[in-house]
Amino acid sequence: MKGLSARDTSGNSIVSFDAVSFSHDGGAPVVRELSLDVSAGEVLVLVGRSGAGKSTLLRLVNGMLLPTSGSVTVEGRDTRQWDGIQLRRRTGYVLQEIGLFPHMTVEANVGLVPRLERWSAGRVRDRTRELLELVGLPASTHASRRPQELSGGERQRVGVARALAIDPPMLLMDEPFGALDPVTRHELQGELRRIQRALGTTIVLVTHDMAEALTLAHRIGVIEDGMLIACDTPMRIAASKDPRIRRLLDTLVAFPGVERPS
Amino acid sequence: MTALLEFWSSNATELWRLVERHLFLVVVSTGLAVLMGVPAGIVAARRPRLGRPLLAFANVAQTIPSLALLGFLLPLPFVGGVGPRTALVALTLYALLPVIRTTVAGLATIDRPIRDAGIAMGMTSSQLLWMVELPLALPAIVAGIRVAAVIGVGTATIAAAIGAGGLGEYIFRGLSMVDSTMILAGAIPAAVLALLLDGLLAGLEHALKRGRGRRPVVLAAAAIAAALLVALALPARTGPDTPIGVGSKNFTEQVLLGELLALTLESEGVSVERRLNLGGTFICDRALRSGDIDVYVEYTGTAVSAIFHDEVPRDPADAFNKAREMYTAHGLTLFRPLGFNNTFAILVRGDDARRLGLRSIGDLERVAARWRPGFGYEFLQRADGYSGLVNAYGLRFGQPPAAMDLSLIYKALADRRVDVIAGDATSALIDSLDLVALEDTRRYFPPYDAAPVARTAAVLERPEIRRAMERLAGRISAADMRAMNRAVDVDGQDARAVARRFLERL
Repeated sequence: MKGLSARDTSGNSIVSFDAVSFSHDGGAPVVRELSLDVSAGEVLVLVGRSGAGKSTLLRLVNGMLLPTSGSVTVEGRDTRQWDGIQLRRRTGYVLQEIGLFPHMTVEANVGLVPRLERWSAGRVRDRTRELLELVGLPASTHASRRPQELSGGERQRVGVARALAIDPPMLLMDEPFGALDPVTRHELQGELRRIQRALGTTIVLVTHDMAEALTLAHRIGVIEDGMLIACDTPMRIAASKDPRIRRLLDTLVAFPGVERPS
Repeated sequence: MTALLEFWSSNATELWRLVERHLFLVVVSTGLAVLMGVPAGIVAARRPRLGRPLLAFANVAQTIPSLALLGFLLPLPFVGGVGPRTALVALTLYALLPVIRTTVAGLATIDRPIRDAGIAMGMTSSQLLWMVELPLALPAIVAGIRVAAVIGVGTATIAAAIGAGGLGEYIFRGLSMVDSTMILAGAIPAAVLALLLDGLLAGLEHALKRGRGRRPVVLAAAAIAAALLVALALPARTGPDTPIGVGSKNFTEQVLLGELLALTLESEGVSVERRLNLGGTFICDRALRSGDIDVYVEYTGTAVSAIFHDEVPRDPADAFNKAREMYTAHGLTLFRPLGFNNTFAILVRGDDARRLGLRSIGDLERVAARWRPGFGYEFLQRADGYSGLVNAYGLRFGQPPAAMDLSLIYKALADRRVDVIAGDATSALIDSLDLVALEDTRRYFPPYDAAPVARTAAVLERPEIRRAMERLAGRISAADMRAMNRAVDVDGQDARAVARRFLERL
């Protein structure tokens, strides 16, 4: 079964996957022959079951992994040609586990990449305050705290602020709200939409939560067994007759009040 | 207790010097272990294929008994030699394992997402190491350093056996003089030192758990660099007007003989470095051949049998000539004997001897089945020791011999923990503990005439050595030696003072 190709021909794509396959050290392929374009300023949500290869796709974008065959192009340059460090500095990354550094304060965590980029101390401080306000954390009360002293939602806000620190053109988010309670998750999804509209950042977000995908996405890509089986607007995905996509949509029944698309 | 306090207050300068040396050994060896162990741990954590052999090596080093390790290192070039260098190498090897282990463990406990976040943020691998991994692993690493330092304080006491100094000097001196005050005088400060270091590092570990950023890493690195500088400042031991190194084995008579040699050399106008209480025959011989010492007193019988593994002639003159020939072939010069024969004496308790009518070694046949013998390690090992003795007299002991340090053996006999021992014929303890020497009717024990042996190169270079040794030849009788031993072992006098008095009367 061959995967779908979602290539953009308009030429303003910021990321393109071209027939990308990936496997770990000669193991079974995790990503197969996948082609996909992400346009600048777009929110692309990749959905699929656990182990479908979604996180691998994100790591292929920022060069933490390189394709076994095919090519991944970021801003017109193959990830094999990029200096991995430079590429990752330009790409915000938010993990489900957040991965805040426990030995640093909130402020130090958020200001880390600017410091790596050798910004002046004053500029780092200003930027940090600005970002904390942006993600809804008052700097005056939260800047000098340790990650361990924060709630799960607050921690994820810090994670987002850290990823946005040097205003990267692109944000990769790996199930960012998966570990949060539904209310906090809903709140943070709203914040993310607001921030995205304000900054125009391109976002590639991975989730297994179909409701989240429908809420956030400009386009939804459905991944199964390392292949892209559909990639379209939320409306069209919701209307799909493909049984593999229907299975994902069926999970929505569990949430009363969310209208089940038919 | 008062005796102990008195001892400390009257030896305050020496005590302080030993504490300083002890601290030096522990701090430098632990510092070196950190300098090597932390990078090794990082490599081991990142590349298990390289790391496993590293850990295995550290494991093996840790399991070697400390005295064996010191004895093994002693003859090696560069690392070996009598003095602090060998001790530092050994202590560093011991400190490596805890440091490597905790570094690996500390790095392994860092959550994968934290490391991933660092990589995803565009950290280079050295930024990740210095800004994230090391700060997070630091409390664990410091815990490892703590273990290493405390082990080091204990192990460093043994370093005194090879002349490295430290508080072990009191312990070994106390053991050889059967003086528990002296032992405690060294053991208590060592224990206090261990507790202090442990507390200090525990405080650091605690502070680091709440510490921040890379500052602690920088501080730790600076401290280690400082320790290394001290290590490099270690005085190198060569040069044209090097003092003549006088060694001795680790029992009272040898220390006295060492002092006699040293004082006589000094009266010839040369400077002398005393490296007394080095260890057994093996260690002294190695020290002499490697040039760490220039002269010490050996016994003819011991030289032929224990050093050159040959048959010892029964005639004293033959034994001396044979020993001298063998030494000459190895670039060593044996001087004329000092005048007394320190043969082995088979000793039993006085009351046993009287009650059972024991006079000669052969009489032991009657009681051997019920008795437990106790011998020094050397005596058990040597062909002319235990195995030869039981063959010559047809003895069959009911129990295998207890192996113990020479210095403990007289006390063990007096305390009835063993029933028959091999001791020195010149030991002062024979009289003071009411022991009886059994007669060697079958002339099993060969002659053990004490004679100075020196490096021929040193003798050619420094004629004073020959002059000094000739002055002592034939001047020390067995009675003189017993009296001097008694003055030190029983009356607790200072060995150098006893030796000086003897030389003044000469």
